[in-house]
Amino acid sequence: MTTLQHTPTDRRRARRWLTHLALIAGTLVMVYPLLWMAGGSFKDEKDIFSQLNPFPSSLDPRNYIAGWTATDPTFTRFYINSLLIAVLAVAGNVIACTLTAYAFARLEFRGKKVFFGIMLGSIMLPAHALLIPQYVLFFNLGWVNTYLPLVVPNFLATDAFFIFLMVQFIRTIPRTLDEAAMIDGCGKVRIFSRIILPLTGPVLITTMIFTFIWTYNDFFAQLIYLSYPSSETVPVALRRFVDATGDSSYGQLLAMSVLSLVPTFIVFLLAQRRIVEGIATTGLKG
Amino acid sequence: MSTSTEISAPAGREPTADGPDRSTPATRPKPGSRRDRVAYLFLAPWFVGLLLLTAGPLLGSLYLSFTKFNLLQPPAWTGFGNYLKMFTDDPRYLQSLKVTFIYVVLTVPLQLGFALAVAVMLNRPLRGMAWYRSIYYIPSLLGGSVAIAVIWGQLFDDDGVLNSFLAFFGVAGRSWISSPDTALYTLVLLNIWQFGSPMVIFLAGLKQIPQELYDAASVDGASSWRRFRSVTVPLLTPIIFFNVVLQIIQAFQAFTPAYVVSGGSGGPSDSTLFYTLYLYQQGFTNLNMGYASAMAWVLLLIIATFTLINFGLARRWVYYEDR
Repeated sequence: MTTLQHTPTDRRRARRWLTHLALIAGTLVMVYPLLWMAGGSFKDEKDIFSQLNPFPSSLDPRNYIAGWTATDPTFTRFYINSLLIAVLAVAGNVIACTLTAYAFARLEFRGKKVFFGIMLGSIMLPAHALLIPQYVLFFNLGWVNTYLPLVVPNFLATDAFFIFLMVQFIRTIPRTLDEAAMIDGCGKVRIFSRIILPLTGPVLITTMIFTFIWTYNDFFAQLIYLSYPSSETVPVALRRFVDATGDSSYGQLLAMSVLSLVPTFIVFLLAQRRIVEGIATTGLKG
Repeated sequence: MSTSTEISAPAGREPTADGPDRSTPATRPKPGSRRDRVAYLFLAPWFVGLLLLTAGPLLGSLYLSFTKFNLLQPPAWTGFGNYLKMFTDDPRYLQSLKVTFIYVVLTVPLQLGFALAVAVMLNRPLRGMAWYRSIYYIPSLLGGSVAIAVIWGQLFDDDGVLNSFLAFFGVAGRSWISSPDTALYTLVLLNIWQFGSPMVIFLAGLKQIPQELYDAASVDGASSWRRFRSVTVPLLTPIIFFNVVLQIIQAFQAFTPAYVVSGGSGGPSDSTLFYTLYLYQQGFTNLNMGYASAMAWVLLLIIATFTLINFGLARRWVYYEDR
């Protein structure tokens, strides 16, 4: 089969194999930390660091059971907190951003251009520039150590990026639909709820996915606003787990780390195509 | 921006759809008209948010930056005291600036370089391409989390995996995390590892480049490197530009990895004292909230300056087809 003569096809085939080889080598480097973590969560304490091989000899769930209940309250509480905050944040963004986006995309009002400019400008604003006064406000309202500072801003459309995304999307919906509804006697509110909202499906789903992932993974705001153990979320609790257990129970730490990634991972599996599309077309940070 | 035809426009006028609002002042609805009220109703949540959570706090932190403020007592005016102290009397502040600049300068080009290289490799009719893309993307999805930062600390610790690996080749390791010379670089590596999302953006851009251009270049005898340099890169410059702007803004604000790996201290010897980490320590550990506000405003100005410089330089190297 093999010939010594190198035809262009041969060279192309060789190139393709080289590409695959390089990509597979890269894949191993990329996933090794994740495999090491997942494998280590099933290993004995002494084997975690001494073995380079990430695969455990058995799937012993011991570390998971011990880690879940090692804290007071248990991780059940932290997951309830995290998921509740994420779900409320998603609801807030969906409701508030669609209302705002509809006004910017379809309605006419005084000051529209100025307000639209302000909205765009606020996308780029680093959160730290607003941090202290927001904290002072929430502190004085007595909201520290509640969910409120983490979800109320979403109900007030502060995630301007999603407004922008939705404005872009609503502009692609033909205006003839609005006009037809208007002739049938629909007001702006009915046009919004009956015509525009049902057609924004794809962009709503993108908003929901990314709001969920960002909120669930967020650490800074949760670190600042949640300091009672019972109000802590998964990332904050995991971070405290490192301090609390010190050098004694790496297996449990790895097990809880693995579990903390599961919600994000499930969302990724369910919505992989949309996530990739969302990043590719809008530059959303994954 | 397009303007819809007003139903109330006087008969006989040309409709002004999709043009600037050309209606004369006489026909323009008065402030507080029904049209405005409906729109403002839709915007009500956003207005409240803008006032209380965006514009208000922005000005508030500017004011606080000129005061001494500890949350419990009213702020006391100190003029430019905080700013002066930052640059003349606070070595830790200067250290945090240095650490952050090193981090930005190293991670942004390296991360984007990897992202582009892998995107180019994946932009071929390749079996399993979707799989590769997913696997390369996953670290970017999970990498910002506390869990990964925790793992990173373990991988590069004294008895961590990297040292076991080096020992395999007979190289003596060290504790990369607890040495001030190397701790920052482990965090740089962590960020480079997350090149997945710029890669996905590059990949989308590469798909837009017409195949005919490559074919024409091949006919002219261009090597694959030449095709990359003369076709791919110029046509991709708008996307490279977009990624550079975005990544710089994000890198300046990095927080979680440094906080988790150093246990909140920025150590060892302040070698991972990121800007935002020091801001957190000043504002929320020491309750120097005036000082933290001043730091926040300097950060805002730094990021704004970098972004403006980027846009200024863009004219020289970013290629737009429709120009």
